[in-house]
Amino acid sequence: MRRSATSVFLRRNALGLLGLTILVIVALAAIFAPWVAPYGPAKIDLMARLAPPAWIDGGSLKHLLGTDNLGRDILSRVIYGAQISLSVGAGAVVIGALIGSFIGLLSGYFGGIVDAALSFLVNVQLAFPFTLLAIFLLSTFGGGFTSVVVVVALATWVNYARVVRGQVMSVKNQEYVEAAKSVGVPTDRILRRYILPNAFSSIIVVASFSMAQAILTEAALSFLGVGIGSATPSWGTMLNDGRSYLQNAWWMTAMPGVATALTVLAGNLCGDWLQDRIDPRLRK
Amino acid sequence: MFSFLSKRFLQALLVLLGVSFATFIVGHLTGDPVELMARENATEQDKQDLRVYLGLDRPLEQQYFSFIVKAVQGDLGFSFVQQAKVSQLIAERLPATLQLAAAGFLLALAISIPLGIIIALNRGTIWDFLVTTLAMAGQAAPGFWIGLMLVVLFAVHLKVLPVSGYGGAAYIVLPAITLALQSSARLTRLVRASMLEVLSADYIRTAHSKGLRERVVLFVHAFRGAMIPVVTMAGLELAELVSGAFITETIFAWPGIGRLAVTAVSQRDFPVIQGVVLMSAAFFVLINFLVDVLYVVIDPRVKLK
Repeated sequence: MRRSATSVFLRRNALGLLGLTILVIVALAAIFAPWVAPYGPAKIDLMARLAPPAWIDGGSLKHLLGTDNLGRDILSRVIYGAQISLSVGAGAVVIGALIGSFIGLLSGYFGGIVDAALSFLVNVQLAFPFTLLAIFLLSTFGGGFTSVVVVVALATWVNYARVVRGQVMSVKNQEYVEAAKSVGVPTDRILRRYILPNAFSSIIVVASFSMAQAILTEAALSFLGVGIGSATPSWGTMLNDGRSYLQNAWWMTAMPGVATALTVLAGNLCGDWLQDRIDPRLRK
Repeated sequence: MFSFLSKRFLQALLVLLGVSFATFIVGHLTGDPVELMARENATEQDKQDLRVYLGLDRPLEQQYFSFIVKAVQGDLGFSFVQQAKVSQLIAERLPATLQLAAAGFLLALAISIPLGIIIALNRGTIWDFLVTTLAMAGQAAPGFWIGLMLVVLFAVHLKVLPVSGYGGAAYIVLPAITLALQSSARLTRLVRASMLEVLSADYIRTAHSKGLRERVVLFVHAFRGAMIPVVTMAGLELAELVSGAFITETIFAWPGIGRLAVTAVSQRDFPVIQGVVLMSAAFFVLINFLVDVLYVVIDPRVKLK
């Protein structure tokens, strides 16, 4: 009987578990990059420039996924790249969640003019062509890790604000909130202890989708050359490097792209899964 | 219905005003454009003259006000870098962008609507699984990366399509596919979900029990109902295709407003950036408004005050 319960659990959660497994593997690879990666990310081997992946004629097991124009090992760079992509994702999720939840909370709880003003802000943000805004901000104020995280967070806070606002509106008139008000609990405490916790599960769902979105955005920005761009490789900068070598070294572009797609897919799978499990109301 | 639409229209105008204000402020936070424009050996007096000439010496609120008044008349100022009006630069490049967006959009609809319906009708089969998985993968991969891989396959290896550029019909194929793939992935999933929901609705069962032919039920009753959420989403996708084609245009050297904007950013050509941002936002707002109008038309349940 136990066995069949396990297999039912596995079947029902297969995709979610797959996503989670991929994310954990990518995270572990990022954390333990110096031990996992066969070479350093900037280790140049001029004798082995533009070597193809191992399974293609001319490739060798020395460089499983081939090398780039400077002879740097692509597998190692993809592994180190996970550090940047995941930390940009995580940083953007935290900042986006804080700002978005705060705005959603105020907007939903106070309603009226506050809500109108904040909804206006959301609509303005949505009407902005985001990619253009991002490259504009980054090229004027300079790239670098922190700026990229902040700009990417700008792309996602709206998601949190909308969801939290909805949740808050659905609980703010419930009796337990009225009761708390009537015994004189201060407003900030009502917000923190009585209202916000209702939105936590939705915030987590939005966070896992936003993580995926953040990784994609970082890749796009770095690809356009306004991202982090430095000695530390990110998947986006690798894609940017590879672009000039599409004619003779497609693997320079293919590998970081596959890594990005897999990670984003894993994030989306987790998002779908969490949505089904903890917050079915959000389903569209 | 009329008051609903006029309210929406007002909201749209307000949003545009907000966007213009934000762009204006950001533009002035980024430093003195005169420093970028003036020649190396320009004296302080030359720079001051230039400022007066461009109206940059006036108070901010005056500058903003005159910017809005002119923008409404279609005058978006002069490019700092190119000797041309911003409106003219945009007008020159808009056709290419619209061409590409239209091609991408039609392609996305042509892929996603039939595919979504077919897999909804064959729910749980291997085809459903394959298409759904493919759609998820398509949503996860960066769109521009798929574009680059298409270049490798069709332009570099098979040599059947040009790598990039603008010209005959062959040039639009790869950029249009690149632009369409992610939209198709999203829309296919939506069409499928929406179709499944409608197929289990009471009115479909009624239609069946009246003895209507399967085809009539599907294409007359179910299809119309299932398209309601799709219209909203498709509208958003179209807005995204027009204002979000920066990377695709850059990769394929497509001479549209996306590339104009990316170049303008690297040259700090602020009036051009401002113009493109405003135009994209206006387009976004317009499409959203049209979707609202369309909604009232196709969904008889929407009777708005």
